[in-house]
Amino acid sequence: MMTPAPPSHRSHAYWLLDPDPKSELQARLGSLYRQWLILRRNPLAAMGLTVLGLLVALAILAPLIAGYSPIEQDFTARLAPPSVHHFFGTDEFGRDIFSRVIYGTRITLVIVLVVVAIAGPLGLIVGCAAGYFGGLIDTVMMRITDIFLAFPRLVLALALVTALGPGIINAVLAIALTGWPPYARVARSEALVIRNTDYIKAARLSGCSHARIVLGHILPICLTSTIVRVALDMSGIILIAAGLGFLGLGAQPPSPEWGAMVASGRQFAFQQWWVSAMPGLAIFVVSLGFNLLGDGLRDALDPRRR
Amino acid sequence: MDAVFEKAYRAGEILISIFITYLGLLLVTFLIARVIPIDPVLVVVGDRATPDVYQAAAKRLGLDQPLWLQFLSYVGGILHGDLGQSFISSRAVLSDLKRYFPATAELATAAILIGSVLGIPMGMIAAAREGRWPDYLFRVLGLIGYSVPVFWLGLMALLVFYAELGWSAGPGRLDIGFDGQIERITGFLLVDSAAQGEWEIFRNALSHLVLPAAILGFFSLAYISRMTRSFMLDQLTQEYVITARVKGMPEWRIIWLEVFPNIRVQLITVVALAYGGLLEGAVLTESVFAWPGIGSYMTSSLLAADMNAVLGATILIGTIFVIINMLADLLYRLLDPRARRGLANT
Repeated sequence: MMTPAPPSHRSHAYWLLDPDPKSELQARLGSLYRQWLILRRNPLAAMGLTVLGLLVALAILAPLIAGYSPIEQDFTARLAPPSVHHFFGTDEFGRDIFSRVIYGTRITLVIVLVVVAIAGPLGLIVGCAAGYFGGLIDTVMMRITDIFLAFPRLVLALALVTALGPGIINAVLAIALTGWPPYARVARSEALVIRNTDYIKAARLSGCSHARIVLGHILPICLTSTIVRVALDMSGIILIAAGLGFLGLGAQPPSPEWGAMVASGRQFAFQQWWVSAMPGLAIFVVSLGFNLLGDGLRDALDPRRR
Repeated sequence: MDAVFEKAYRAGEILISIFITYLGLLLVTFLIARVIPIDPVLVVVGDRATPDVYQAAAKRLGLDQPLWLQFLSYVGGILHGDLGQSFISSRAVLSDLKRYFPATAELATAAILIGSVLGIPMGMIAAAREGRWPDYLFRVLGLIGYSVPVFWLGLMALLVFYAELGWSAGPGRLDIGFDGQIERITGFLLVDSAAQGEWEIFRNALSHLVLPAAILGFFSLAYISRMTRSFMLDQLTQEYVITARVKGMPEWRIIWLEVFPNIRVQLITVVALAYGGLLEGAVLTESVFAWPGIGSYMTSSLLAADMNAVLGATILIGTIFVIINMLADLLYRLLDPRARRGLANT
């Protein structure tokens, strides 16, 4: 992979792209900057990034943009078609669908973040430990991931939510618990390679504990490929969360969760199409954004693809 | 002789590992069943039972035994086909599943046909035209397939093709008028109606099947075409392709006669995996199209908190998933000479 040529004038970019970094910080920032440059050159990834930036902005600024309350009902404006007053029309309780979709960004974002915050570290640690220790620990841990991968993810999540009871917290838990095995696999395959390198042996000889080696030396190297895997997975998380919501097992009414909104519009789907169509479109756009960004991140970060 | 022994040993190893995976799968469903905050004894005796009655019922249900013994009898029951009783239909879950399964199988089979018949050529064309418009077009289509919520796409398809245009039949497997008019042999409506010469029913069933199968097939198409494309690209840089080109072989011959046979085996694996993945998509698709299959059974049981039914469906889907993965793995080892050699060597 060609690296961008360093600019001739003295600048931040010059310092960041220094082929002979003077400090660890410079080297790290430099490599981050190079990855950013690659990511920026990819038009699809830039599109994905824009969509997600918009998502975050909408989630933060929701009360300013929405214009209506996402929950308050107005029976004089039931099932109004899209218009200047209600961009996306209104639902069966007269609630403005545009406002509900805007507020829904918060739910979607929180679900993705919490799932990633649980499943990411879990998969990473399991994978690194399995790859580093090898032997029985590896066999047992990989057997466990195989078992989880033996269920289609949505089906296992469905069974878990049924047992735990419907609701957004349980849905998030179920998605996270079914999400970590692929991350563990990726991290393990990376750790398997690193465990035999000289610097790990050196660290071991100089008296590092196993925990320190796994957390301090193995894990940071496995991090990149796991992040790529997680990024590629985010749209899947959104789709599963929306699917659970659609089946009535995720966020409960009147919360403006997009999947549940699509489901509530089903009974009017043939006459008042906007009730289902608009929130579904939102799911599609956001999941597309995550997919585009994930593909871009893979191209930028995955060393094997350069 | 040695090689044969090696092979048998490897096969045994694979079988054992599948067995352990399967046992783990049952352990997961067993644990899920124990997580439910409902006390199974109270369901039986009611909450006004005296402690004596409660204890007796617990004993009868085997709940006084240690957890591992309960698990063993659970596994034993499942191996005998005992998945418990559905709370709602109060029939055995297994007989319910038997009734609902053919609808799902029919839907998934139609979907995988659509997905592979369109997806494989699309992937091959995209690879042959890498970086040009067909490549971009198919990649965008694939990206949409990965991003769009299946339940929403199904709903929109119903709105457009059924409600607005009237090109296809609506939800369900048959128009109500045809219900129960056909004798059930295989449970596949298309097969049953064709076998009995009921062509009107056949056409009706087909027009009900087209839309959900196309929606579901679209998702496997995205996966299959993406994988085909990457297999093709791997092959197209190989020396034999360059040689063929240098010798002046026409491009279509190179692609279909030289390259395609080399990726055939990999494609079988991919199609098998896609078929397993369809079971997942089927749950949501069936719910949208009121398709009376395993997915609908599962979701309606979910809402009624009918745990035995949900877990029974989960176990069935998990079992099929494991079997499909195993078959894909075995087929790959049997059909690909490279893997076959690897099997003997390792």
